[in-house]
Amino acid sequence: MKSILEIIEQPWPWYVSGPLLGLIVPLLLVLSNKQFGVSSSFRHLCAATGVKSVEYFNYNWKKKGAWQLLFVLGVLIAGITVGTVIELKVGVLSKGTASQLTQKGIEVNGFFPIDTFSFSGVFWWVLILGGLLIGFGSRYAGGCTGGHAITGLSTLSLASLLSVIGFFIGGIISTLILLKYIL
Amino acid sequence: MRKVIFILLGFYFGFILIKSEAVSWYRIVEMFQFQSIHLFGVIGSAVGVGTLSILLLKVLKVKSIDKEVLDISKKKLLPKSNIFGGLLFGAGWALVGACPAPLFIHLGLGNWIIVIPILSAILGVFIYGITKKYLPH
Repeated sequence: MKSILEIIEQPWPWYVSGPLLGLIVPLLLVLSNKQFGVSSSFRHLCAATGVKSVEYFNYNWKKKGAWQLLFVLGVLIAGITVGTVIELKVGVLSKGTASQLTQKGIEVNGFFPIDTFSFSGVFWWVLILGGLLIGFGSRYAGGCTGGHAITGLSTLSLASLLSVIGFFIGGIISTLILLKYIL
Repeated sequence: MRKVIFILLGFYFGFILIKSEAVSWYRIVEMFQFQSIHLFGVIGSAVGVGTLSILLLKVLKVKSIDKEVLDISKKKLLPKSNIFGGLLFGAGWALVGACPAPLFIHLGLGNWIIVIPILSAILGVFIYGITKKYLPH
Protein backbone atom coordinates (compact mmCIF):
# COMPACT_ATOMS: atom_id res chain seq x y z
CA MET A 1 0.00 0.00 0.00
CA LYS A 2 1.16 3.46 -0.85
CA SER A 3 0.93 6.03 1.89
CA ILE A 4 -1.31 9.04 1.33
CA LEU A 5 1.74 11.27 1.17
CA GLU A 6 3.22 9.14 -1.62
CA ILE A 7 -0.04 9.35 -3.58
CA ILE A 8 -0.11 13.12 -3.19
CA GLU A 9 3.51 13.48 -4.29
CA GLN A 10 3.21 11.31 -7.39
CA PRO A 11 1.63 12.41 -10.67
CA TRP A 12 -1.73 10.73 -11.30
CA PRO A 13 -2.55 8.76 -14.44
CA TRP A 14 -4.74 10.51 -17.00
CA TYR A 15 -7.70 8.23 -16.36
CA VAL A 16 -7.78 9.44 -12.75
CA SER A 17 -6.85 13.11 -13.09
CA GLY A 18 -8.83 13.75 -16.31
CA PRO A 19 -12.23 12.67 -14.92
CA LEU A 20 -11.56 14.61 -11.69
CA LEU A 21 -10.88 17.74 -13.79
CA GLY A 22 -14.12 17.18 -15.70
CA LEU A 23 -16.07 17.16 -12.41
CA ILE A 24 -15.43 20.89 -12.07
CA VAL A 25 -18.18 21.44 -14.67
CA PRO A 26 -21.10 19.95 -12.67
CA LEU A 27 -19.62 21.16 -9.35
CA LEU A 28 -19.61 24.82 -10.44
CA LEU A 29 -23.03 24.50 -12.07
CA VAL A 30 -24.77 22.91 -9.12
CA LEU A 31 -23.03 24.91 -6.38
CA SER A 32 -23.24 28.32 -8.06
CA ASN A 33 -24.84 28.04 -11.52
CA LYS A 34 -21.63 29.22 -13.22
CA GLN A 35 -20.04 27.84 -16.37
CA PHE A 36 -16.42 26.91 -15.82
CA GLY A 37 -13.80 29.00 -17.62
CA VAL A 38 -10.59 30.81 -16.78
CA SER A 39 -9.56 33.27 -19.49
CA SER A 40 -12.36 35.80 -18.86
CA SER A 41 -10.59 36.51 -15.57
CA PHE A 42 -7.99 38.45 -17.63
CA ARG A 43 -10.82 40.55 -19.03
CA HIS A 44 -12.13 41.24 -15.51
CA LEU A 45 -8.62 42.30 -14.46
CA CYS A 46 -8.54 44.80 -17.36
CA ALA A 47 -12.04 46.01 -16.47
CA ALA A 48 -10.99 46.40 -12.83
CA THR A 49 -8.42 49.01 -13.84
CA GLY A 50 -11.38 51.24 -14.72
CA VAL A 51 -10.94 51.74 -18.46
CA LYS A 52 -14.54 52.70 -19.17
CA SER A 53 -13.67 54.28 -22.52
CA VAL A 54 -13.18 50.84 -24.11
CA GLU A 55 -16.60 49.27 -24.60
CA TYR A 56 -15.28 45.72 -24.06
CA PHE A 57 -14.20 46.63 -20.52
CA ASN A 58 -17.17 48.81 -19.64
CA TYR A 59 -19.26 46.50 -17.47
CA ASN A 60 -19.74 45.70 -13.81
CA TRP A 61 -16.73 43.42 -13.32
CA LYS A 62 -17.45 42.88 -9.63
CA LYS A 63 -20.91 41.55 -10.36
CA LYS A 64 -19.95 39.55 -13.43
CA GLY A 65 -16.43 38.46 -12.63
CA ALA A 66 -15.72 38.43 -8.90
CA TRP A 67 -16.47 34.69 -8.69
CA GLN A 68 -13.95 33.95 -11.43
CA LEU A 69 -11.22 36.04 -9.85
CA LEU A 70 -11.82 34.16 -6.58
CA PHE A 71 -11.63 30.87 -8.48
CA VAL A 72 -8.28 31.93 -9.97
CA LEU A 73 -7.14 32.92 -6.48
CA GLY A 74 -7.94 29.35 -5.40
CA VAL A 75 -5.86 28.00 -8.30
CA LEU A 76 -2.97 30.23 -7.23
CA ILE A 77 -3.29 29.06 -3.61
CA ALA A 78 -3.16 25.44 -4.85
CA GLY A 79 0.16 26.24 -6.53
CA ILE A 80 1.54 27.98 -3.43
CA THR A 81 0.42 25.16 -1.13
CA VAL A 82 1.77 22.35 -3.27
CA GLY A 83 4.99 24.28 -3.84
CA THR A 84 5.64 24.73 -0.13
CA VAL A 85 4.17 21.58 1.42
CA ILE A 86 4.73 18.78 -1.05
CA GLU A 87 7.87 17.48 -2.65
CA LEU A 88 6.56 16.99 -6.16
CA LYS A 89 7.61 14.00 -8.22
CA VAL A 90 7.26 14.36 -11.95
CA GLY A 91 6.15 11.67 -14.38
CA VAL A 92 8.33 10.04 -16.99
CA LEU A 93 8.19 11.68 -20.40
CA SER A 94 7.92 9.64 -23.57
CA LYS A 95 11.27 8.56 -25.00
CA GLY A 96 10.80 10.68 -28.11
CA THR A 97 10.27 13.90 -26.16
CA ALA A 98 13.01 13.14 -23.64
CA SER A 99 15.71 12.49 -26.25
CA GLN A 100 14.62 15.52 -28.28
CA LEU A 101 14.98 17.77 -25.24
CA THR A 102 18.36 16.26 -24.33
CA GLN A 103 19.59 17.01 -27.85
CA LYS A 104 18.52 20.63 -27.41
CA GLY A 105 20.27 20.78 -24.06
CA ILE A 106 16.99 21.43 -22.24
CA GLU A 107 17.03 19.97 -18.76
CA VAL A 108 13.86 18.30 -17.49
CA ASN A 109 13.33 19.99 -14.15
CA GLY A 110 9.93 20.11 -12.44
CA PHE A 111 7.22 21.55 -14.66
CA PHE A 112 9.08 24.34 -16.39
CA PRO A 113 12.55 24.68 -17.97
CA ILE A 114 13.58 27.67 -15.87
CA ASP A 115 17.17 27.46 -17.12
CA THR A 116 15.99 27.88 -20.70
CA PHE A 117 13.49 30.66 -20.03
CA SER A 118 15.32 32.74 -17.46
CA PHE A 119 15.36 36.50 -16.88
CA SER A 120 19.02 36.55 -17.91
CA GLY A 121 18.49 34.27 -20.92
CA VAL A 122 17.69 35.15 -24.52
CA PHE A 123 14.28 33.50 -24.82
CA TRP A 124 12.09 35.70 -22.65
CA TRP A 125 10.67 37.29 -25.80
CA VAL A 126 9.09 33.89 -26.60
CA LEU A 127 7.16 34.21 -23.34
CA ILE A 128 6.11 37.79 -24.11
CA LEU A 129 4.84 36.81 -27.55
CA GLY A 130 3.21 33.64 -26.23
CA GLY A 131 1.44 35.56 -23.46
CA LEU A 132 0.14 38.17 -25.90
CA LEU A 133 -1.26 35.40 -28.11
CA ILE A 134 -2.81 33.59 -25.11
CA GLY A 135 -4.61 36.74 -24.01
CA PHE A 136 -5.62 38.05 -27.41
CA GLY A 137 -6.49 34.65 -28.87
CA SER A 138 -8.54 33.37 -25.94
CA ARG A 139 -10.73 36.47 -25.87
CA TYR A 140 -11.05 36.53 -29.67
CA ALA A 141 -12.09 32.87 -29.67
CA GLY A 142 -14.35 33.41 -26.65
CA GLY A 143 -12.61 30.97 -24.31
CA CYS A 144 -9.50 28.94 -23.55
CA THR A 145 -8.77 25.34 -22.67
CA GLY A 146 -11.18 25.65 -19.73
CA GLY A 147 -14.16 27.45 -21.25
CA HIS A 148 -13.97 25.96 -24.74
CA ALA A 149 -12.24 22.60 -24.42
CA ILE A 150 -13.72 21.42 -21.11
CA THR A 151 -17.02 23.29 -20.67
CA GLY A 152 -17.79 24.06 -24.31
CA LEU A 153 -17.20 20.57 -25.66
CA SER A 154 -19.18 19.17 -22.71
CA THR A 155 -22.20 21.23 -23.82
CA LEU A 156 -21.63 20.00 -27.41
CA SER A 157 -21.08 23.55 -28.61
CA LEU A 158 -20.01 23.93 -32.24
CA ALA A 159 -18.25 27.22 -31.40
CA SER A 160 -16.07 25.31 -28.96
CA LEU A 161 -15.35 22.50 -31.40
CA LEU A 162 -14.11 25.01 -33.99
CA SER A 163 -12.04 26.82 -31.35
CA VAL A 164 -10.46 23.63 -30.02
CA ILE A 165 -9.54 22.53 -33.55
CA GLY A 166 -7.92 25.96 -33.88
CA PHE A 167 -6.07 25.49 -30.55
CA PHE A 168 -4.52 22.26 -31.76
CA ILE A 169 -3.58 23.43 -35.26
CA GLY A 170 -2.05 26.61 -33.80
CA GLY A 171 -0.26 24.62 -31.09
CA ILE A 172 1.17 22.00 -33.44
CA ILE A 173 2.53 24.64 -35.83
CA SER A 174 3.99 26.76 -33.08
CA THR A 175 5.62 23.77 -31.32
CA LEU A 176 7.29 22.82 -34.60
CA ILE A 177 8.64 26.36 -35.05
CA LEU A 178 9.68 26.60 -31.39
CA LEU A 179 11.67 23.37 -31.45
CA LYS A 180 13.05 23.61 -34.95
CA TYR A 181 13.97 27.29 -35.26
CA ILE A 182 13.96 28.92 -31.85
CA LEU A 183 15.30 26.69 -29.08
CA MET B 1 -19.56 31.83 2.50
CA ARG B 2 -20.27 31.97 -1.22
CA LYS B 3 -16.83 33.43 -1.79
CA VAL B 4 -15.17 30.54 0.00
CA ILE B 5 -16.86 28.04 -2.37
CA PHE B 6 -15.15 29.62 -5.38
CA ILE B 7 -11.76 29.65 -3.69
CA LEU B 8 -12.20 26.00 -2.68
CA LEU B 9 -13.28 24.95 -6.17
CA GLY B 10 -10.31 26.84 -7.63
CA PHE B 11 -8.04 25.06 -5.16
CA TYR B 12 -9.54 21.68 -6.14
CA PHE B 13 -9.12 22.40 -9.85
CA GLY B 14 -5.59 23.72 -9.40
CA PHE B 15 -4.52 20.75 -7.32
CA ILE B 16 -5.86 18.20 -9.82
CA LEU B 17 -4.29 20.22 -12.65
CA ILE B 18 -0.91 19.73 -10.98
CA LYS B 19 -1.53 16.00 -10.46
CA SER B 20 -2.56 15.63 -14.13
CA GLU B 21 0.68 17.36 -15.20
CA ALA B 22 -1.33 19.54 -17.59
CA VAL B 23 0.75 22.31 -16.00
CA SER B 24 3.98 20.82 -17.32
CA TRP B 25 5.77 22.65 -20.13
CA TYR B 26 7.30 19.32 -21.12
CA ARG B 27 3.91 17.59 -21.37
CA ILE B 28 2.65 20.33 -23.70
CA VAL B 29 5.66 19.85 -26.01
CA GLU B 30 4.96 16.12 -25.89
CA MET B 31 1.25 16.53 -26.68
CA PHE B 32 1.66 18.86 -29.64
CA GLN B 33 4.04 16.37 -31.24
CA PHE B 34 1.75 13.40 -30.54
CA GLN B 35 4.54 11.67 -28.60
CA SER B 36 2.34 10.50 -25.75
CA ILE B 37 -1.30 9.80 -25.07
CA HIS B 38 -1.08 11.40 -21.62
CA LEU B 39 -2.56 14.89 -22.08
CA PHE B 40 -4.97 13.71 -24.77
CA GLY B 41 -6.24 11.25 -22.18
CA VAL B 42 -6.51 13.98 -19.54
CA ILE B 43 -8.44 16.38 -21.78
CA GLY B 44 -10.50 13.63 -23.42
CA SER B 45 -11.61 12.03 -20.16
CA ALA B 46 -12.32 15.46 -18.60
CA VAL B 47 -14.59 16.26 -21.56
CA GLY B 48 -16.16 12.79 -21.27
CA VAL B 49 -17.05 13.30 -17.62
CA GLY B 50 -18.19 16.88 -18.33
CA THR B 51 -20.48 15.75 -21.16
CA LEU B 52 -21.95 12.89 -19.16
CA SER B 53 -22.52 15.15 -16.13
CA ILE B 54 -24.31 17.77 -18.21
CA LEU B 55 -26.46 15.10 -19.81
CA LEU B 56 -27.41 13.74 -16.39
CA LEU B 57 -28.10 17.20 -14.97
CA LYS B 58 -30.39 17.88 -17.94
CA VAL B 59 -32.24 14.57 -17.85
CA LEU B 60 -32.73 14.70 -14.08
CA LYS B 61 -33.66 18.41 -14.31
CA VAL B 62 -31.29 19.19 -11.46
CA LYS B 63 -31.49 22.72 -10.03
CA SER B 64 -28.63 24.68 -8.47
CA ILE B 65 -28.46 24.83 -4.66
CA ASP B 66 -30.20 28.22 -4.95
CA LYS B 67 -33.06 26.44 -6.78
CA GLU B 68 -32.19 28.10 -10.08
CA VAL B 69 -32.55 26.41 -13.47
CA LEU B 70 -29.00 25.52 -14.52
CA ASP B 71 -27.29 27.66 -17.16
CA ILE B 72 -26.33 25.00 -19.69
CA SER B 73 -26.39 27.46 -22.61
CA LYS B 74 -23.93 26.91 -25.43
CA LYS B 75 -21.30 29.44 -26.37
CA LYS B 76 -22.32 31.65 -29.29
CA LEU B 77 -21.08 30.39 -32.64
CA LEU B 78 -18.86 32.99 -34.33
CA PRO B 79 -16.95 30.86 -36.86
CA LYS B 80 -14.34 33.45 -37.83
CA SER B 81 -13.46 34.50 -34.33
CA ASN B 82 -13.58 30.93 -33.02
CA ILE B 83 -11.14 29.75 -35.69
CA PHE B 84 -8.80 32.76 -35.87
CA GLY B 85 -8.83 33.28 -32.12
CA GLY B 86 -8.39 29.54 -31.61
CA LEU B 87 -5.33 29.41 -33.87
CA LEU B 88 -3.72 32.36 -32.09
CA PHE B 89 -4.50 31.00 -28.63
CA GLY B 90 -3.11 27.57 -29.55
CA ALA B 91 0.09 29.17 -30.85
CA GLY B 92 0.48 31.05 -27.57
CA TRP B 93 -0.31 27.97 -25.47
CA ALA B 94 2.53 26.10 -27.17
CA LEU B 95 5.02 28.99 -27.02
CA VAL B 96 4.59 29.47 -23.28
CA GLY B 97 3.88 25.80 -22.58
CA ALA B 98 0.98 26.77 -20.35
CA CYS B 99 -2.65 27.80 -20.78
CA PRO B 100 -4.34 30.35 -18.47
CA ALA B 101 -4.98 28.30 -15.30
CA PRO B 102 -1.47 26.74 -15.30
CA LEU B 103 0.04 30.24 -15.56
CA PHE B 104 -1.29 30.87 -12.05
CA ILE B 105 -0.05 27.48 -10.85
CA HIS B 106 3.47 28.29 -12.03
CA LEU B 107 3.25 31.63 -10.25
CA GLY B 108 2.20 29.83 -7.05
CA LEU B 109 5.01 27.30 -7.41
CA GLY B 110 7.46 30.18 -7.58
CA ASN B 111 8.52 30.04 -11.24
CA TRP B 112 8.87 33.81 -11.28
CA ILE B 113 9.63 34.12 -14.99
CA ILE B 114 5.95 33.28 -15.56
CA VAL B 115 5.11 36.83 -14.47
CA ILE B 116 6.15 37.83 -18.01
CA PRO B 117 3.50 35.83 -19.91
CA ILE B 118 0.85 36.66 -17.26
CA LEU B 119 1.39 40.38 -17.79
CA SER B 120 1.60 40.04 -21.56
CA ALA B 121 -1.60 37.93 -21.59
CA ILE B 122 -3.39 40.76 -19.76
CA LEU B 123 -1.91 43.17 -22.31
CA GLY B 124 -3.10 40.85 -25.10
CA VAL B 125 -6.67 40.98 -23.74
CA PHE B 126 -6.38 44.75 -23.51
CA ILE B 127 -5.28 44.93 -27.16
CA TYR B 128 -8.21 42.70 -28.11
CA GLY B 129 -10.60 45.01 -26.27
CA ILE B 130 -9.32 48.01 -28.21
CA THR B 131 -9.15 46.33 -31.64
CA LYS B 132 -12.32 44.23 -31.34
CA LYS B 133 -14.41 46.44 -33.61
CA TYR B 134 -11.90 46.14 -36.45
CA LEU B 135 -11.65 42.34 -36.36
CA PRO B 136 -13.77 39.87 -38.37
CA HIS B 137 -16.20 38.05 -36.06
